Amino acid sequence: MTLGPKDEAAGEGAAGYTVGPMLAGPECCTPEPVIGVRGLAVSYAGVPALKHVDLDIYKGCVTALIGPSGCGKSTFLSSLNRLTDLVAGCRVAGRIEVDGVDIHGPDVDVQALRRKVGMIFQKPNPFPLSIHRNLDMPLREHGVRSRDERESRIRAALSDVGLWEEVADRLDEPALSLSGGQQQRLCIARALVLQPSILLMDEPCSALDPLSAETVEKMIVGLRGRYTVVVVTHNLAQARRIANFAAFFWVRDRAGALIEFDTCQRLFEAPAHDLTAAYVTGRSG
Amino acid sequence: MTSLRISSLFPRTPDGYIAFGLGAAACLASGILLLILIFVFGEAWPALRTIGVVRFLSDGAWYPTDGAFGLVPMLAASFALAAGALTIAAPVGVAVAIFRLHYAPGWMKAPYRGLVLLLAGTPSVVLGLWGLMVLVPLIARIEPPGASLIAGILVLALMIVPTVAIASEAALESVPRSCWSAANALGLGREAALLNVVLPAAREGIAGGILLAGARALGETMVVLMITGNIVQMPDGLFTPVRALTSNIALEMAYATGDHRASLFVSGLALTLLVFLLSFAAGTGRRRRHA
Ligand SMILES: Nc1ncnc2c1ncn2[C@@H]1O[C@H](COP(=O)(O)OP(=O)(O)OP(=O)(O)O)[C@@H](O)[C@H]1O
Ligand SMILES: [Mg+2]
Repeated sequence: MTLGPKDEAAGEGAAGYTVGPMLAGPECCTPEPVIGVRGLAVSYAGVPALKHVDLDIYKGCVTALIGPSGCGKSTFLSSLNRLTDLVAGCRVAGRIEVDGVDIHGPDVDVQALRRKVGMIFQKPNPFPLSIHRNLDMPLREHGVRSRDERESRIRAALSDVGLWEEVADRLDEPALSLSGGQQQRLCIARALVLQPSILLMDEPCSALDPLSAETVEKMIVGLRGRYTVVVVTHNLAQARRIANFAAFFWVRDRAGALIEFDTCQRLFEAPAHDLTAAYVTGRSG
Repeated sequence: MTSLRISSLFPRTPDGYIAFGLGAAACLASGILLLILIFVFGEAWPALRTIGVVRFLSDGAWYPTDGAFGLVPMLAASFALAAGALTIAAPVGVAVAIFRLHYAPGWMKAPYRGLVLLLAGTPSVVLGLWGLMVLVPLIARIEPPGASLIAGILVLALMIVPTVAIASEAALESVPRSCWSAANALGLGREAALLNVVLPAAREGIAGGILLAGARALGETMVVLMITGNIVQMPDGLFTPVRALTSNIALEMAYATGDHRASLFVSGLALTLLVFLLSFAAGTGRRRRHA
């Protein structure tokens, strides 16, 4: 990934927000599944949290997961990169394929999986290191030996999240000295720097002020096409603005279940299910 | 503090009473400490005036009754003991903390912590006894007489491992859990996360614990008195018997008079200042971490 003249051209975009080479990607998504979930069930210490989820996530699209609190959205998200492995007592059943490979297969490299499937958390969680080290260290740990390569990837990732101009001259300052919105964008850059193909975001804007939230939201829109994004959000208006597809979860029989999956527009404007209709019009949840 | 008024020193609310009580206790404690320092300084003063600081450093030997007041061999011994003990205890203590937090199986965590606390609470005289009866004879088999610098270093190290371990654990535990999730989500393994994220984040707390442990080793008296041989000489080898400043005070105070007695207070003053310096350095490290 190189930064050409495109970088400068992108710099003239919306105020306070620059878009890097990511705009070079295809306009939008292709209806080709990259993640296939079949019969997924997750339980914590024997208590089911999610049951019978069948869902395809399409390549290059933004898929929004919506639903009331506790319906298993975060659980679903973290089963996709096997972060559920780290929760003691958490059992995952069913089949999840990423790029056609069963992620629970016997010879799956979990670290490689997580490199391909990046994750962004609700609360910005930069490492208490310098801005530069936050991005450099994961690259080094993933075996990127060439310093030039690392530097160019760092620059590209920071440009992608519109942070390059803001931090270029303070890369050695602690990441925790950034504002909340900047920290969240740094975390996204930290995921991007590993060049994942899929990004999981768990309410990435909800801990941010409205202005930062808007910046991050625009950025997610900019990721469309180049990355497959799965984003949990409680903000239905936001889901409508950014997502191509939407999945609605609900608690049924005391466990989370997928009620409806469709293109974003249809799910909001012509939902097939009464529960969905009630939720998206604000009559429930 | 700038807005402190006399009236605010006196309590009116329940909170006020608690603050007043705590403040009074703090003042009392630091007041007593100050009084002790003044007392030690007062007792040391005659020696500082008549013998002078320079001679404590330049006199080659320690024959206080014959007018030779060289503290350097004992200062060097104290430093060698503390530095040697730290060289062993710092890595071991940090390793103990990391093991307990991140590697020990669940059932082992509580007993393991109990063990560390037990070691921390073992009276140093008991450790000294063990050193005297077990360690010193073992060392004597390698090179007599056994009571030596290395014997002191080993037992002191044992004594301060818990200090390092407990401080390191606190520092490691204060690294937010979100750092772990972030590291895991980036596909970093446990070792990578520990080395690159958790240890750097806990660095200053760990350094503070190590300095504090160093101060403890420097001030320890009983262990070194029992097992280092107590011969006043430069520590020129691991098997050399040495005498630490602390043991010197304990050994001679009972019968010292005049300049001899005052010069013991001088060595006490020097020790106190050194330990203060270390604790102060440990404290600033910790404050920086919370800044
Ligand atoms: N680590 C855990 N241990 C035990 N139970 C858990 C754990 N994490 C989630 N759960 C349970 O699983 C269910 C689904 O939780 P999850 O966090 O996935 O919901 P969510 O849809 O993300 O909710 P929210 O919108 O509030 O974030 C809840 O009932 C919750 O109590
Ligand atoms: Mg959640």
